Amino acid sequence: MMEKSRRCFLKVAGIAAIGLGAAPAMNFAASDSHGSAAAEKAKSPDALHAERWGMAIIVKKLNDKIAKQITHACHTQHNVPDFTHEVDTQAFPNTRAVNHKQEIKWIWKEKFHYAFPDKEDEFLNEKFHHLPFMVTCNHCKNAPCVQACPTQATFKREDGIVVMDYHRCIGCRFCMAACPYGSRSFNFRDPRPFIAETDPDFPTRSKGVVEKCNLCAERLAKGEQPHCVEASEGAIVVGDLEDPESDVRKLLKEHYSIRRKQSLGTEPSVYYIV
Amino acid sequence: MTKNMIMGGLAVFVLAVLSPFWFNMVTTTQAAPEPELLGPAKQAKKCVLETYDMRANHMSLLDEWRDAVVRDADRIYVAANGNFFNMSLSTGENSCLGCHADKAKFCDSCHTYTSVDPYCWDCHTNPKEIE
Amino acid sequence: MLEIAVKGNRNYWMWIIFLLIVIGIGKIAYLDQFFNGLMITGMSRDVSWGFYIANFTFLVGVAAGGVMVVIPYYLHDYEKFHRITILGEFLAVASLVMCLLFIIVDLGQPVRMLNVLLYPSPKSMLFYDMLVLNGYLFLNIVIGWKVLEAERNQVKPPAWTKPLIYLSIPFAIGIHTVTAYLYCGLPGRGFWLTAILAPRFLASAFAAGPAFLIILCYIIRKFTKFDPGWEAMQTLSKIVCYAVIANLFFFLCEVFVVYYSGIPGHKTHLQYLLFGYHGYNALVPWMWSGFILMAVGAVFLVIPKLRTNYILLPVACAMVFIGAWIDKGLGMISGGFVPSPLHHVTEYAPTGQEIVITLGVYATGFLVLTILYKLATQVKEEVGG
Ligand code: SF4
Ligand code: SF4
Repeated sequence: MMEKSRRCFLKVAGIAAIGLGAAPAMNFAASDSHGSAAAEKAKSPDALHAERWGMAIIVKKLNDKIAKQITHACHTQHNVPDFTHEVDTQAFPNTRAVNHKQEIKWIWKEKFHYAFPDKEDEFLNEKFHHLPFMVTCNHCKNAPCVQACPTQATFKREDGIVVMDYHRCIGCRFCMAACPYGSRSFNFRDPRPFIAETDPDFPTRSKGVVEKCNLCAERLAKGEQPHCVEASEGAIVVGDLEDPESDVRKLLKEHYSIRRKQSLGTEPSVYYIV
Repeated sequence: MTKNMIMGGLAVFVLAVLSPFWFNMVTTTQAAPEPELLGPAKQAKKCVLETYDMRANHMSLLDEWRDAVVRDADRIYVAANGNFFNMSLSTGENSCLGCHADKAKFCDSCHTYTSVDPYCWDCHTNPKEIE
Repeated sequence: MLEIAVKGNRNYWMWIIFLLIVIGIGKIAYLDQFFNGLMITGMSRDVSWGFYIANFTFLVGVAAGGVMVVIPYYLHDYEKFHRITILGEFLAVASLVMCLLFIIVDLGQPVRMLNVLLYPSPKSMLFYDMLVLNGYLFLNIVIGWKVLEAERNQVKPPAWTKPLIYLSIPFAIGIHTVTAYLYCGLPGRGFWLTAILAPRFLASAFAAGPAFLIILCYIIRKFTKFDPGWEAMQTLSKIVCYAVIANLFFFLCEVFVVYYSGIPGHKTHLQYLLFGYHGYNALVPWMWSGFILMAVGAVFLVIPKLRTNYILLPVACAMVFIGAWIDKGLGMISGGFVPSPLHHVTEYAPTGQEIVITLGVYATGFLVLTILYKLATQVKEEVGG
């Protein structure tokens, strides 16, 4: 859909050069003399589908160990750089000193009053002070980051996942200013020297682009559960928020849940069962 | 300014503008490299497109693929010749590098020769290099 | 007309060479940033915009301020501004050049810049900002050039410039309004989330722009034979005066709402800027000096005796200009990011290299300004003499 409307726009706008660039690509199917059918693009038959993906985090089931496990699983398998990692100076000579304020993270643990600054309370139940609240991109229904992005590098898929197109991002960081949850990180430098072991199943990023949690879109496409779910020992459940029969919805029906900064109207898709 | 001066100046200008060509004519002896088909690609009879199309248009195809994967969540390409491919540069057997096992001889040889420096590999990884 | 720019005295060339050197150094510093990424800046995950965007915001204001000479002259036939309208327009051109450069140096992937055009996103304020900024730049170049050329040839400017001039007025308001909308439409940033942000931006723009123009008039008087006119400068100074008072007033409104309502999400930012927050207070002295400078400048300008003093006027203007720069350049951006959406405090200070790049951009702007002003003053001298 995206693709088509973009082309239409370009044609209308008459940006001839771009039109020419796109034209040969559109003829691929026709140019094959041996094939009978036209080329097609499809999803894997195993892919998981949802009308709107969402997540429920059962905070009681979390502890520091599991929290660490979750972050580790997500970060290593998405090639998120760890700036505390000692750089291999042979492979990457002249790597400069690190500014740790320029860190990158997709999912990490926060104390309650940071995760929910508007719910800060003097007389808060003791145990909340100690529980690790895992925070990540909320894949907001009304995502301010999507609205802000001037190139549609950040966009919302039909199934509700807010994804980034790292090929297209110009690194203006408007989305970072727009996100009310601090979910986004910018690649202030080439991340590769700080990736201990590169996972071949996922690309790294280059310097100059923003990144964030993608709800493991690459795994859902293969019919697998996100890394965080697998590492969470049952504390994180991901499913279809629009399907009343889904596990997530069942959990939400039975338990009291909160979302981060609900009053802003962004409609986060990550629920915390407390 | 005389006509001769103008013509002379123009000639110098044209020569100067074409200098990259002169430079290459003098310095280059290399013949254009042929991408080598190694690994599974050697056995496989058919690629995504005909060789000619692939040579001319692989960049547009890849551009289309990445939009399909990233933006539409379509990850499988059913080519007009009926073969299935994983629309990915490097992940899985059915991807570009999954079949063309040697990136240096398949991608890089031509890219280096033509001095193009695509930024694919800033992010995408060559499974060989990781090991 | 450009041939005028290559004929100048020693001072002129010294100044040009000085600017070129600064540009060169800035460029080297930028190349390093280009190849190694924005890691060389003081920005961070929490404070993701810094000095570049701050200066961009401020200069959009200076550019918009040019309209303060255009409106009286073209809409109200205020003849005294006849001699300085061109200065206002050319100041806008130079400022916009700097604005666009600041955006470019701030991008993580500047080579993909054109994606903004290839994938136009009408929901993004940055898209509109790009449109109005470039539109206003184009308008000012065309108008300034045509009007000056006509003056040189002692004919009337072509009739088609008139509608363009009228069009440039809403554009001037537009560039700063849209720039404010970049910030004030973001739900999670309490400091910016205020409807008065655009008016406040405009007020400070209409103070800083003309204030700078007055200072430039002094410089022109000193180095050329062209006299922009004392009365025009006096009128300008009144504009500066009321604009800076409006700016301070808007700020006080802001302070009232924030502190009286006491909503933490809004209050913490101002608290950080004015008094420090959880022991972090790097910007406190800056903010206070900024406001004191603007307030004292306003007092100087409001009292006729002081305003008409030939020595004091540029001092007052400099105070307003620097005060506005601190307010918008340092406070406005950092203030929005500290504390972060999770109420962590990460402070920001530009690095040396960031400042060098910034100076390089400023030098580029001043080079454009110098050349354009050289043209304008020379033409005016020729015609006048
Ligand atoms: S949490 Fe932030 S990054 Fe994620 S969708 Fe919402 S606004 Fe965008
Ligand atoms: S940094 Fe990238 S993703 Fe974020 S708004 Fe800019 S172009 Fe879009």
